Amino acid sequence: MRPVLTLPRAMVDQVLAHARRDHPDECCGVIAGRDGVATRLFAMANAERSPTGFVFDPQEQLRVWRAMDDADEDLLVVYHSHTMTEAYPSRTDVRWSANTPGAHWLLVSTRSDDDEVRAFLIAADGTVAEEPVEVVDDPPGTPGDVTA
Amino acid sequence: MAIEVRIPTILRTYTGGEKAVEGTGDSLSSLLADLDSRHSGLRDRLVTGEGGLHRFVNVYVNDEDVRFLGGLETPLKDGDSVTVLPAVAGG
Repeated sequence: MRPVLTLPRAMVDQVLAHARRDHPDECCGVIAGRDGVATRLFAMANAERSPTGFVFDPQEQLRVWRAMDDADEDLLVVYHSHTMTEAYPSRTDVRWSANTPGAHWLLVSTRSDDDEVRAFLIAADGTVAEEPVEVVDDPPGTPGDVTA
Repeated sequence: MAIEVRIPTILRTYTGGEKAVEGTGDSLSSLLADLDSRHSGLRDRLVTGEGGLHRFVNVYVNDEDVRFLGGLETPLKDGDSVTVLPAVAGG
């Protein structure tokens, strides 16, 4: 079966909004999960404040990793934006992805007004495999849901 | 004296799968040398050939990033806790 990354609509919207907010710099963050199901999103600071790269702020990263650990969550997704190129892993992304084995890399692009959201699994040997992003409507009772 | 060192998943191949190991040393540098005597290869994943910390890892002493404490010369004392995390970055 081909892998699919399933994410609630609210999280995808948050990633896109974060990317637009931080443009022209790249944005970054993570989505925590449990058994492959997304549980919460952490929008993080790009310590590099750069239009061509991102680095998690080490102090913030420690807090986020602790929070995931305490809640028995795993690192499900590392997300970031590209500001001038397509939402596809750069060579730098491929190199750094070795540090997050098993995590999906979600990329968005702010190069135009169109929303681009793509997900990838990057193998240890650097092979990039795109996987579809399945956006599901938010369950009742989640923030932003008006029918609950 | 014992210092607890928390090891991230990607480096647990050096610790036989252990999430945390104990070591001794009065500085981060001597702690890593001590750890390497039992977990051979671990130090090379943290320290560059030039003797600085790899940018691929973050090392914290009592939850403070050692880059702001004194790097490898950061002093340690009994009961301190050291955490290693893989850095996350991209382009």
